[in-house]
Amino acid sequence: MTTIQVLMSTIMIPLIGTFFILLLNRFSNFRETVTLITSILLFAAVYKIFICVMDGDRSELLIFSITTGLKFSFHVEPLGALFALVASFLWIVNSIYSIGYMRGNNEPRQTQFYAAFAIALSATMGIAFSANLFTLFVFYEVLTLSTYPLVAHRADPNARIGGRIYLIYLIGASIVFFIPALLWTLILAGNLDFKMGGIISDVASPGTTGILLALFVFGIGKAALMPLHRWLPSAMVAPTPVSALLHAVAVVKAGVFTILKVVIYVIGSDHLLKTGASEWLIYLASFSLIAASVIALTKDNIKARLAYSTVSQLSYIILAAAIATPLALMGAAMHIVTHAFGKITLFFVAGAIHTSAHKTRVSELNGIGLSMPFTMLAFFIGALSIIGLPPLVGVWSKLYIALGSMEGDNSWVIAVLIISSLLNVAYLMPIVIKAFFASAPKTETTNPISEAPWLCVVPLSLTALICLILFFLPGYFESYLTDFLGPK
Amino acid sequence: MEFLQEQLPALQVVLPLVAASLCALFRFGYLSWLITLSSSILSFLVAVFLLLRVLEQGIISYEIGGWSPPFGIEYRVDLINAFVLLIVSGVSAVIVPYTQKSISARFDSTEQSWFYCMYLLVLTGLLGVTITGDAFNIFVFLEISSLASYAMIAMGRDRRGLTAAYQYLIMGTIGATFIVIGIGLLWAMTGTLNLYDLAGRLPEIKNTRPVLAALAFLTVGVSLKLALFPLHLWLPNAYAYGPSVASAFLAGTATKVAIYLLLRFFFTIFGGATFFTETPLPEILKILALLAMFAASIVAIFQSNIKRMLAYSSVAQIGFIVLGISYATETSLTGAMTHMFNHAIMKAGLFLLLGAIMFRLGSVKIEALSGIGRKMPLTMAGFVILGLSLIGAPGTAGFISKWYLGLGALEQGEWWILVLIVSASLLTMIYIGRVVEVAYFREPTDEVVQLKEAPSEMLWPAYLLIAAAIYFGFDTSFSADLARQAAVLLVNAVY
Repeated sequence: MTTIQVLMSTIMIPLIGTFFILLLNRFSNFRETVTLITSILLFAAVYKIFICVMDGDRSELLIFSITTGLKFSFHVEPLGALFALVASFLWIVNSIYSIGYMRGNNEPRQTQFYAAFAIALSATMGIAFSANLFTLFVFYEVLTLSTYPLVAHRADPNARIGGRIYLIYLIGASIVFFIPALLWTLILAGNLDFKMGGIISDVASPGTTGILLALFVFGIGKAALMPLHRWLPSAMVAPTPVSALLHAVAVVKAGVFTILKVVIYVIGSDHLLKTGASEWLIYLASFSLIAASVIALTKDNIKARLAYSTVSQLSYIILAAAIATPLALMGAAMHIVTHAFGKITLFFVAGAIHTSAHKTRVSELNGIGLSMPFTMLAFFIGALSIIGLPPLVGVWSKLYIALGSMEGDNSWVIAVLIISSLLNVAYLMPIVIKAFFASAPKTETTNPISEAPWLCVVPLSLTALICLILFFLPGYFESYLTDFLGPK
Repeated sequence: MEFLQEQLPALQVVLPLVAASLCALFRFGYLSWLITLSSSILSFLVAVFLLLRVLEQGIISYEIGGWSPPFGIEYRVDLINAFVLLIVSGVSAVIVPYTQKSISARFDSTEQSWFYCMYLLVLTGLLGVTITGDAFNIFVFLEISSLASYAMIAMGRDRRGLTAAYQYLIMGTIGATFIVIGIGLLWAMTGTLNLYDLAGRLPEIKNTRPVLAALAFLTVGVSLKLALFPLHLWLPNAYAYGPSVASAFLAGTATKVAIYLLLRFFFTIFGGATFFTETPLPEILKILALLAMFAASIVAIFQSNIKRMLAYSSVAQIGFIVLGISYATETSLTGAMTHMFNHAIMKAGLFLLLGAIMFRLGSVKIEALSGIGRKMPLTMAGFVILGLSLIGAPGTAGFISKWYLGLGALEQGEWWILVLIVSASLLTMIYIGRVVEVAYFREPTDEVVQLKEAPSEMLWPAYLLIAAAIYFGFDTSFSADLARQAAVLLVNAVY
């Protein structure tokens, strides 16, 4: 098979999976088998593409052209392949976890859940491999719509409101900002293709570039940049596997991934550096980064705290994209990966606690580490990675972003990064400390909590382990990414 | 065959007219339906052949009764009205297979025949208005279609249909009067009723007071027919309380033909975009269009009857189309005509699906639809897809037309209009979202639990339109590309 055929199959495999999931509605074991097989096949296909990209393959395929400037086309390039690889790998892990979680909590409408999940993954693949803004935009909206039933899954008033906020923020932002940005780009450049060095760099004045960047950054609501972040905490009403894979990896990363694509391939990072049109975004992203961490401190609900932490971590990537130096962009690409593994671990833990102990609040976690040692140990590792401490992978991306800011004469950003890391310590470590060092409430000594189902524990241990392993492989990242955005 | 080809323009109108009289003659429900079905499909084929011929050889002129224009009545088909003929006859051909199930459930055999007779007369009138090249003939056909549609609306299940039809009758008649006054003034000034002839003579005297008065009368009259805000008051009730088939048919065709008239009068006979932009019309239309987009969308959000909600949505969508017209540029007119095409598909489809719900549930109140997504999955899935298209989600037809409308505004440097277009689309999302949420994320009520999926005779016509709404989101060679060619003709007043 050629790379392009494999590429098309990454979009088709989850869709075919959806079909069988719906078909096997009544036979839950077979249905879950289909999900697992689909996710493994998808990962294999993406891995194949990843290898081709490493060998320098940059195939492109035009499916059809709708009208002037609106084309449906795909290509393979390093950033997209990396994003797709992470998302598809974590889908396998998350599927195993989902089985444990959904059955452990007796969730209703599981067929709908797995079907929507598979469609979401298909859309994610579409985003990762789009060769132009329009194609990306189509899949971006499919991703929003396919995840809406997952957010509103519980169908109680809370979930309905959560779903409503989710749709209004995401579709609202894309209608109000993203579409105008597309139209404007089309008028300026005459096309919407992703091209190294940008397509508007020759025609856009610094002012225009700044406004256009603003339209993109706010239009891509999935990146959850303040003040358009409210949808993410409210999406936490979804079952935890959704929060874990979609609202810590696929959906939000699709947002920052799109911003990176826009910065690198549409506006052009050199153009941004030359014009300084992204100066304002550095400040805004820094603010968002710190403010979200501060809000996270005040949240007692575990998932809400993690959600604000995600908002903050996404701002790292936006910040790096705004700095736009090669090292910063490399840091941004890495952070997509490192944060994915760290944060999915934390969400898995939150879900495991919910499944076995039915607890959702930080204040209820006293002593839980003794009854759920594996789970809480994984949380500890994930938290350290998010904070950015060695020997965990989170340290590398933060390091590159810091180096990138020095390269771009924005050294003050390092102070922001340090403050933020301290805040991370302040909102994540208490959970670990409470879990292991505070004594459990009396009721629990008579009625002890057990470890979560192994289908939950294995995935979360695995992702925690990967945070550790990846720490020793920064060279791979660097050589992989240097090719296309490294220092010249 | 050659002879038949020559007679295509006449057949376009004569076919449904004869069929209508046959229905009235036999008065046997099922037979009438068969007659309606075959004549609708034949009309559609005729429209397709006409379009092909126009694309091949340019304008077709047909002399009725062999009297040569400008003395006799001329049927004149160019790309613009061939496009509209196709919309009207196409929507009709899709709706008729659906009608049988929904109409036979409520009327006895004779009443059914009368319904089909009225339906065919509406079709005759609309096709006639579109195809004719004679100003007075336009008025005659407009009245044929209007009178028949009043009768059709009055046949609704709801007794309020009667008042709605009466209201429509009053407003429609005022509109028709305005139109006939406008045409009369034009005739007084030029001595001709032939549109082609008018187009030749009007530019010389375009700044005289009677001609401008004629323009004003025509604008108001046609605006009434197309339900331009604030002349839309007849529409919501008429669509809400008439039979679902009638709502689907009228929403897909009647307003579209009125828009065609607006284009024909403004551009073709008065001398293209240059004349149009000299008048105060662009500003007036733009403001009214924006008001329609917002006022009607906001009102739609607060409707409890979904048919009424969609009716207000139609008023808003007409606003989008008129907004495109007000710019009078190639891109914006492309957007307007594409939206006319796409909206016909989407709104007809939505009303058909609502008709299916009405058929099963007996109500289209929003609260009655709790959890219906689980009991009528195909119907509601279709509703979601068409709803997305109405919002303008990419990958659907609605996106393409809004894209062109937005591009048209940006080309004029009016980015704030773009902001308004997208905000109005957001309002669309809210009222569609309300229905989706109730249908999928509420527990089914006792009545809903017993429901079955809509009958297949009702589903597949709707699904044809749904497929079209998706197809035209990807392949625009038929919708937007034709619309662009038509827009070029309009801007330059080629006739």
